Amino acid sequence: MSGVRVLVGTRKGAFILTADGKRDKWDISGPLFEGWEIYHMKGSPVNPDRIFASQSTGWFGQLIQRSDDGGKTWTPVGNQFVYDGVTGTHQWYDGTPHPWEFARVWHLEPSLRDPDTVLAGVEDAALFKSVDGGENWAEVSGLRKHDTGSAWQPGAGGMCLHTIIESPEDPDRLFVAISSAGAFRTDDGGKHWRPINSGLHSEGIPDPNAEVGHCVHRIAIHPSRPDVVYMQKHWDVMRSDNAGDSWHEVSGNLPSDFGFTIDVHAHEPETVYVVPITSDSVHFPPEGKLRVYRSTTGGDEWEPLTKGLPQGNCYVDVLRDSMAVDRLDSCGIYFGTTGGQVYASADAGDSWKAIVRDLPAVLSVEVQTLA
Amino acid sequence: MIRVVLPEHLRTLAQVNKEVQVDVAGVPTQRAVLDALEARYPVLLGTIRDAQTQERRKFIRFFACEDDLSHELPDTPLPEEVVRGDEPFFIIGAMAGG
Repeated sequence: MSGVRVLVGTRKGAFILTADGKRDKWDISGPLFEGWEIYHMKGSPVNPDRIFASQSTGWFGQLIQRSDDGGKTWTPVGNQFVYDGVTGTHQWYDGTPHPWEFARVWHLEPSLRDPDTVLAGVEDAALFKSVDGGENWAEVSGLRKHDTGSAWQPGAGGMCLHTIIESPEDPDRLFVAISSAGAFRTDDGGKHWRPINSGLHSEGIPDPNAEVGHCVHRIAIHPSRPDVVYMQKHWDVMRSDNAGDSWHEVSGNLPSDFGFTIDVHAHEPETVYVVPITSDSVHFPPEGKLRVYRSTTGGDEWEPLTKGLPQGNCYVDVLRDSMAVDRLDSCGIYFGTTGGQVYASADAGDSWKAIVRDLPAVLSVEVQTLA
Repeated sequence: MIRVVLPEHLRTLAQVNKEVQVDVAGVPTQRAVLDALEARYPVLLGTIRDAQTQERRKFIRFFACEDDLSHELPDTPLPEEVVRGDEPFFIIGAMAGG
């Protein structure tokens, strides 16, 4: 029988939640790597038994763990992330040049095509690639060496490369997003990159329509229509119909268009989910009501999804990598909160329940749909 | 034989008990002990000092004989008591929290 495996990274370890296709009864294992920050865990689409995890602390630095048995056992693999060539500088908070310094891996993106290939998005913003299952890492340095790189500047959360999307149609096309430089795309496997921020408007930067400098929080696509890209920006929910060449706002009737996460229904490319957050200075849901908003029209028209979610006195945040969908016939939606709950919906968001509570603050949620 | 006490998280990573012992060729120094430790437990590479610059990670401290050796130069000989094995070389994760 089919089932799902939910990979949850938290501030103090990782947890794996499993259920059969009904998604009614959940088995919870963990904590794995207890006491460590697990920014992200993600399984290979080619070999679901292979899972990668980013493990770090401020004390002991960065490790990458790999499992080849679906998360039962783990092996530390390579943790050397060395910037390519002359490191160079980006802008610091005060506008002065600051050398690129590796801090941590925010996101791991296993290849759609090869179980040994995995990409890593790191802080300070750069993209790394391993072609040997995470043992060795080399920078895809064309991104960081883009002409605008020296002008990139960190936001309050650090200058992190947090989103990586490989085009299902074209192995040479990648999208990445960086806080707070913006979104970028390569069409030649990473040699050359260009900012894809035309149409973004950010009041918090000197030129609101600048080529780079936008605080993109997350981008998402549907695999069947990879030229349609959705974005949750610092403020504004955006949509592009031409692979990021231009964007238009689709915030519509959202109660707040600030937020971190965004994702797309597994089977309906025009059905999009966001979790509005009050503002950039108030990181909890408007009115203390935890509401997922769903648009079935590709944006602009949004409906609140509240059944099973707390509708009062809820002051958690939902971070950028903390929402995911499964691929079962009735699409499951999952998200984690900084309050340690993981909520799941087995009916595309119509109703929700907490499948676990009281975990450490959730940093990331990924889902594997198992045959 | 140098006795080394690791912090909990590194003991978990290296799958060892509280104290480990490493052989050091030549004059025992911080650098020589860390070289030997990383050679024996490769998973610790980069967790105590930067793998490229070999600079101590900022929240790591080295103690021995009730002294803080963290700011000693890496090639300074370790205290005799550590060299003789009477005292361990402590690798400490700095206290933090609230």
